[in-house]
Amino acid sequence: MTRFITSSFSHLILLIGILIMVVPVWMIFASSTHTSSMINMNGLQMFLGDSFYENYLRVLLYQGGFFKEITALKMFFNSFIMATGVAILSVVTSLMAAYALVYYRIKHATLLFWIIFITILVPLELRIFPTYSVMAELNLVNSYFGLIVPISASAIATLFFRQFYKTVPDELLESAKLDGANTWRFFVDFLIPLSKTMIVAMLIFMFVFGYNQYLWPLLVTTSEQYWTVVMGLKMMSGSIVHRFAFVIMSMVPPILIIIVLQKHFIKGVFQDK
Amino acid sequence: MSFLDLKNVTKIYPNGTKAVHETSLSIDEGEFMVFVGPSGCGKSTLLRMVAGLEDITEGDINLDGKLMNEVDPSERDVAMVFQNYALYPHMNVYNNLAYGLKNRGIDKETIEQKVNDAAKLLQISDYLQRKPSMLSGGQRQRVAMGRAIVRNPKIFLFDEPLSNLDAKLRIQMRLEIKKLQQKVGVTSIFVTHDQVEAMTLADRLAVINNGIIEQLGTPIEIYDNPKSLFVAGFIGSPQMNFLDGNLKNKTLSAEGFEIKDINSDFEGEVTLGIRPEHLSQSENGLISLRVELVEQLGSDNLVYGQLKNKKDFCYRCPGNQTIEKGSNLSLNIDNNKYYIFDKSTGKRVN
Repeated sequence: MTRFITSSFSHLILLIGILIMVVPVWMIFASSTHTSSMINMNGLQMFLGDSFYENYLRVLLYQGGFFKEITALKMFFNSFIMATGVAILSVVTSLMAAYALVYYRIKHATLLFWIIFITILVPLELRIFPTYSVMAELNLVNSYFGLIVPISASAIATLFFRQFYKTVPDELLESAKLDGANTWRFFVDFLIPLSKTMIVAMLIFMFVFGYNQYLWPLLVTTSEQYWTVVMGLKMMSGSIVHRFAFVIMSMVPPILIIIVLQKHFIKGVFQDK
Repeated sequence: MSFLDLKNVTKIYPNGTKAVHETSLSIDEGEFMVFVGPSGCGKSTLLRMVAGLEDITEGDINLDGKLMNEVDPSERDVAMVFQNYALYPHMNVYNNLAYGLKNRGIDKETIEQKVNDAAKLLQISDYLQRKPSMLSGGQRQRVAMGRAIVRNPKIFLFDEPLSNLDAKLRIQMRLEIKKLQQKVGVTSIFVTHDQVEAMTLADRLAVINNGIIEQLGTPIEIYDNPKSLFVAGFIGSPQMNFLDGNLKNKTLSAEGFEIKDINSDFEGEVTLGIRPEHLSQSENGLISLRVELVEQLGSDNLVYGQLKNKKDFCYRCPGNQTIEKGSNLSLNIDNNKYYIFDKSTGKRVN
């Protein structure tokens, strides 16, 4: 009986926690399905209205910005390109950096690694002007390349892959060597398949990281053509319900990515068991 | 020149540790050579130098007439079975076996045939689609050997491959390895610290201690005729009994007894070695043993006890003899089956 009470109590606390997180999001969603006059008169709504299609379609196709060059749809496209680019590029560079650090006979590999790791202490915001001037010199302002590359070196992902490679037994490398695998083959045939789950986890992580960028896209894009969703949240004008609708839509891609890739993630984890 | 030739091979690690000391050794084609010694004696290092996994500090290694010192392990055409098998965890058994062949650019049908042949030989055909994590210890062991066999290498290297198996399986796999090697006829080097494994598998045995080959020979030669105190103590189970003594005028005086007409001109402090199985009970025997413990193995009894001077001593007798704890036995050494070693150098003197 006491066990029932304590477990009910802990469940109650968890439920309250969930409500605190979910209710505001739900209110925004519910409110975004009403007309703006309804919201203006009666405040935020807890129940769904009947203007869902009307509001969301308008937000997706509305020509926004100062020059009316950008739609929300285009912003989603830009964000998708940017987030995917950051995810793939940072995972590839981190995989290769970690491989070099662990398996090549580099002098002071540990020191080098810590130097890479220290860059965590130097966030983009701190180096944003030098980075911008480099991009400007290279003529990469207003391009996807300029959006993606400067934030595509991840010390955290390098750390994860490095720690993982260090747990791979030496015998595996030696055995592969005797089986005629060169350095490249060992990387492709062994380390990449073995770190599959970690690669998926890092892809999710870096996708969300890329998607959530605000300051960097704001600085490096002057053309509305390159606006991203997170920037657009601020830039899009319109009535309150349209903004709400846009906020709700902006949350969908990261959630989708997590849902889709988590399946692989879990499958990978259980397959190895 | 023989098939595998090691000439003055030395390994010094960067921190200055000398693991292998100017070792020379020749192995003939088809021979099963066993390196045996205590852990840390350099036997694995020597094996890994043959494989190319360790650089050679000094000396030459020739395989099939070719100098191997600078040849990459992947080019040496050697196959190795590791202690923990080192199977590829993300590949099924088939791909584990096929991987080395794929890297050599062999066509698919040939690979399939070779893998299936090896699988049949090792009786793992039913597991080809399984991942290593779904196999038992013995099956993994077989896969590891299959991976070596399919490539048809010039030489097999075994690095303590049986030490992860339980006792029963170890004996079974030991037999299988020996049978397999005889069937396939590939030159093999097998590293172990287990002297029973070494004795049963080897055509020839190299007893290694502190980076030096103490003695090289067939198992029986080494058992019958150990050249040093270390070899005598290492080979044979239970271990040889050692007693302190003094040799003068061809007479050995040990504690409590004397042996005359010894075939040696050495004089001075010596260690007398007697194997537990080279003793028999007789009236007025040389050695008097007070029995403290009897291990009954069925076929044999191992009798442990102390001599008059409190020295531990072991005697092995047939299992049908009943020996009481606390009794006194009078033992004689079987005809001339004793070994005398210089106490300071450990070298055999008789």
